[in-house]
Amino acid sequence: MRSVSIIGAGITKFGEHWERSFRELVVEAGIKALQDAGIEGKQIQALYGGCMASGMFIGQEHIGALIADQLGLNPIPSTRVEAACASGGVALRNAYLAVASGAYDIVAVGGVEKMTEVSTTIATQALGGAGDEETELFFGATFPALYALMARRHMEEYGTTEDQLAMVSVKNHKNACLNPYAQFQKEISVEDVLNSGYVASPLKLLDCSPITDGAAALILCETNLARKICERPVEVVASAQASDSLALANRKSLTELRATKIAAREIYEKTGLKPKDISFAEVHDCFTIAEILAIEDLGFFEKGYGGKATEKGLTALNSEISINPSGGLKGKGHPVGATGVAQAVEAYLQLRGAAGKRQVKDASFGLTHNVGGSGATVVIHVFKAIEGKR
Amino acid sequence: MSNYALPLIWRKFPERYNLLGNKCTNCGRSYFPSRKICPNCRRKGHLIEEVMPKEGKIISFTKVFSAPEGFEEEVPYFLAIIELINGVRLLAQIVDNEDHKVLIGAKVKMVFRKISEKDEESPIAYGYKFKIVE
Ligand SMILES: [Zn+2]
Repeated sequence: MRSVSIIGAGITKFGEHWERSFRELVVEAGIKALQDAGIEGKQIQALYGGCMASGMFIGQEHIGALIADQLGLNPIPSTRVEAACASGGVALRNAYLAVASGAYDIVAVGGVEKMTEVSTTIATQALGGAGDEETELFFGATFPALYALMARRHMEEYGTTEDQLAMVSVKNHKNACLNPYAQFQKEISVEDVLNSGYVASPLKLLDCSPITDGAAALILCETNLARKICERPVEVVASAQASDSLALANRKSLTELRATKIAAREIYEKTGLKPKDISFAEVHDCFTIAEILAIEDLGFFEKGYGGKATEKGLTALNSEISINPSGGLKGKGHPVGATGVAQAVEAYLQLRGAAGKRQVKDASFGLTHNVGGSGATVVIHVFKAIEGKR
Repeated sequence: MSNYALPLIWRKFPERYNLLGNKCTNCGRSYFPSRKICPNCRRKGHLIEEVMPKEGKIISFTKVFSAPEGFEEEVPYFLAIIELINGVRLLAQIVDNEDHKVLIGAKVKMVFRKISEKDEESPIAYGYKFKIVE
């Protein structure tokens, strides 16, 4: 397998883009990534696009072809990847594998979702499709409800509190205020979260990531070539993906995502890195409890200590480990198909020292963690900056 | 929720009305809903029908305030992960109880109820729910 690096990245502002279409968003991110890489469209040999539910959100399928067409990249092969909220991360992994295998030297990765064209009811239904239709959605389960079941059990087993859950949201909003691409630019308090009303107890409205429009894109390149054409490539040090049962009830434990643990173990074994070697991580905080599970399952903190670690400020920007410096899904927004790609865009910016006010100091290794559904798909990547052309 | 076609609903009757699952005679594991192959043994497995026990206990629960389509009139309602006495887990609503009795570890038993009603034209979906055993 060949080494692969990111040589360009682009992202749109995340938020409610009522005035802008799916196509405009994906083209903006794609063009920004090409400009950042300083290459021509004709140098791109293949495209992988993450998108979860465009059929329900905008009545459009066949997104692979649409993206290539809109970006003027025909006739290169263009493939849509769907893995629920992990669509973007899995698209990145497929592009990475395509370059690592030697099939292509330069490949584009896109991620996009336009979620605000439909009512909240339709959006809820579209997102619900990531769960098990026959044993969960049929019985009235929503996504917040599935994560609420994990949260309640974590509180029971480890004494995690609703205040600690709220603190995840408070921290991520604080980081988002430093990120011009983030949906929310307003700090919130623990009281704001606690008073925001239950969606599915113990989770409240402000424990949940929002409905968001947005797109993100990356240009991947074989590393030897990347060193010749890019001043500061960011190497994809490792990629791992794991699957678990679609239905939450079929898992042995409700207080961990087994797929996260398995993919993380593979990452650490492949690279020889330890959790303490990671400077920052963009983790999948679709709900506050999801960040607590992630920082435990990724090995940053002991199982059960995630809530307390958050309370002690150990996950804040430039503390023990900066978790979600971008603001995460909660603060930056969660356009589902774009999220996994946007996490890698943040890693790229951080490792190049280009993250502005939210810059993680002395960042060496950055990790991204993208989850589909209630944990049935998990994809993890680790990145580091390398020397390029002078 | 989805617009369930009638054949899908009929196909699910034995499962949703009577907790019909299956069991692998090779490794002894029980499955609900039933599976087409034993994920533990794959081709070595042999699955036979098995009706699940109707009693169990709550592993975790949530009170849902923001409902999907077809469940608006039920709000707020309890959902729980239940472990049946044979160890099989499933997700179901908890009904007919005072809120303070819905707790982790509480004993429950299956009841048969209407699950959702989308509109007047759609078929009404029935299936299992659980209630607390005093
Ligand atoms: Zn078996």
